[in-house]
Amino acid sequence: MAEHEKITMAQAFNQALRDAMAADESVLMFGEDVGALGGVFRVTDGLTAEFGDARCFDTPLAESGIVGMAVGLAMNGMRPVVEMQFDAFAYPAFEQIVSHVAKMRNRTRGALTMPITIRVPYAGGIGGVEHHCDSSEAYYVHTPGLTVVAPATVADAYTLMREAIASPDPVVVLEPKKLYWSKDEVDLDEAQPGIGRAVVRREGTDATLIAYGTSVPIALEAADAAAAEGRSLQVVDVRSLVPFDDETVCAAVRSTGRAVVVAEAPGFASVSSEIVARVTERCFHHLAAPVRRVTGFDIPYPPPKLEHLHLPSVDRILDAVDTLQWDDV
Amino acid sequence: MPSNDLLPSEQPVQLLDQTGSRVVGAAGDFPSDDAMLRAHEALVVGRRINEQAYALVRQGRLAVYPSSYGQEACEVAAALVMGDRDWLFPTYRDVVSIIGRGVDPVETLTLLKGDWHCGYDPVEHRVAPQTTPLATQLIHAVGVAHAATLRGEDTVVMAMCGDGATSEGDFHEALNFAAVFKAPVVFFVQNNEYAISVPLARQSVAPSLAHKGIGYGMPGERVDGNDIAALLSVLGAAVDSARSGGGPQLVEAHTYRMQAHTNADDATRYRQDDEVEKWQDRDPLLRSEAYLRSRDLLTDERTSEIAAAAEAVATAMRDGLMVDVEPDHADLFTHVYAAPTPQLREQQAFLADELSREEAR
Ligand SMILES: Cc1ncc(C[n+]2csc(CCOP(=O)(O)OP(=O)(O)O)c2C)c(N)n1
Ligand SMILES: [Mg+2]
Repeated sequence: MAEHEKITMAQAFNQALRDAMAADESVLMFGEDVGALGGVFRVTDGLTAEFGDARCFDTPLAESGIVGMAVGLAMNGMRPVVEMQFDAFAYPAFEQIVSHVAKMRNRTRGALTMPITIRVPYAGGIGGVEHHCDSSEAYYVHTPGLTVVAPATVADAYTLMREAIASPDPVVVLEPKKLYWSKDEVDLDEAQPGIGRAVVRREGTDATLIAYGTSVPIALEAADAAAAEGRSLQVVDVRSLVPFDDETVCAAVRSTGRAVVVAEAPGFASVSSEIVARVTERCFHHLAAPVRRVTGFDIPYPPPKLEHLHLPSVDRILDAVDTLQWDDV
Repeated sequence: MPSNDLLPSEQPVQLLDQTGSRVVGAAGDFPSDDAMLRAHEALVVGRRINEQAYALVRQGRLAVYPSSYGQEACEVAAALVMGDRDWLFPTYRDVVSIIGRGVDPVETLTLLKGDWHCGYDPVEHRVAPQTTPLATQLIHAVGVAHAATLRGEDTVVMAMCGDGATSEGDFHEALNFAAVFKAPVVFFVQNNEYAISVPLARQSVAPSLAHKGIGYGMPGERVDGNDIAALLSVLGAAVDSARSGGGPQLVEAHTYRMQAHTNADDATRYRQDDEVEKWQDRDPLLRSEAYLRSRDLLTDERTSEIAAAAEAVATAMRDGLMVDVEPDHADLFTHVYAAPTPQLREQQAFLADELSREEAR
């Protein structure tokens, strides 16, 4: 393999935006603090300098306005990418996202399309004070018309962002804040599976851990720890929450016969419950035990001093794996 | 009301110029000597709070601190013009106002320390939880004010926000609701020229933010936000008017954010140092001190008393925040509902079991 520089996930997102803007003049990037500052997470660093204030620009401080304007821009030939500064600060835009972005194609029988990318830095584990750590994916995945992706690796950050921008439909990109500074040596030109595809991150034979976004590295860590104890755990990275890759996820579960879903969002009526339902419906006769979940509690995201109690941990995952009825084997 | 009366003055109201001299012919009541002395003391305490919080961030005792350094006159005046039964609706930046309303500094800083979300009792102090989702608290302020009217109370509500927050839809809905219901609210915008990195020019091209009042049928006024005398005068008049049935008002204070947005921000990426330096001379503390000294109201004895009072607050902050509060995991579940759901009870038991097994290990 050719030598490549190590880059961070934030840099991979940045490169994806840069390349998309270079490739297509209709791609616009806008939001709060995305210009001179380069975004509070520096994901848009240097874009205004390179492409000018007409292509990457700060708006007045209003999320509903940002997404609403994106709708109009998309109606008139543009391909807007918008940044919601933090998960919980996207809520003022909820009406625009749910009532217009998601439904426009359907309402107009395809006459109007919404090639809009909504970037949402999401989830916790960063010691953030309230409203800075929400896992808001359930709101989006429950809204028909939205595509929703949650990359967990540096390479996927690039690929899924490029695909999101190229998509003819609106895509919510959940950017795991906690992983922004994670580094990897990647060849960005190397093709990764696209939107709609899950990936097996680690092979294993005893049980399957299913995770996405911030939970993928923890699942991998748990698999390492389990291996040390002589148990072989497979790890599936869902990547694309909508569309969901039933085929890859279910094939993985069938191969081991046991599964634990890991996600930091509250578990009730969540992406994790959807995954359990789908896997159970499709793999029931292959399962040696009920599919378990390790999720956040059904509580508002806790303050920094308490978040470690809320988030899925290696121990919690291993405890869940232990309950998968091994004695019956 | 004739529509011209709804418009703000051409220039921000100023009662003290940069050198601390009274502005000749300025409109508005000049605060009494006593009020000026009290305000100056509060300014010195406020500055000390900002400095201490900055130090505590560096020592890792606060997770984050959005400082009001340089904006203390706004913070102090907002608290001082309010009566005991009035309500304050603060943002994340308004720590000095909250402490000015009598809330314990350590309880005030609970949020930014990371122990819990709101560390004080909002009802006891009539101070709403500090709000981060921008402008959302302004409409709550209208509700509290309207309830007071319905209940026959003469409460006034001080609703604070920044210049950036005036772009949010909720800001406009709040102003309109307040005007339509003639709610006793003073909307107090601290225009510190920035919303994180975004300068005022990207928020609004109106002649001033105070001009936004007229569109809702509400008087707007603008005031020098580094002039404590002018702030006491303008905000005091707005509170009095609201209390006597005059309805809401919008007050814009023209000030400047001397430090980065928070300790996590790097302001050198979007503004020049010389821009910041220009505001050094307009420091609100210099102005009040010069004024009081020129009138022989600030004796050396009084100065050291004030310094001691500020030091006492700083010491209380430091000592209080150095204490590691043992987090109680039950807190995660106790206050989600009036009574926990069966699922929450199950989850609480799960965590308790997990922790006890950990301890046993
Ligand atoms: C709804 C919402 N969007 C975005 C943010 C992120 N954010 C926090 S403070 C801030 C800037 C606010 O500027 P301003 O209103 O001028 O107040 P200042 O911080 O200058 O006191 C932003 C964008 C937020 N807290 N809430
Ligand atoms: Mg501001």
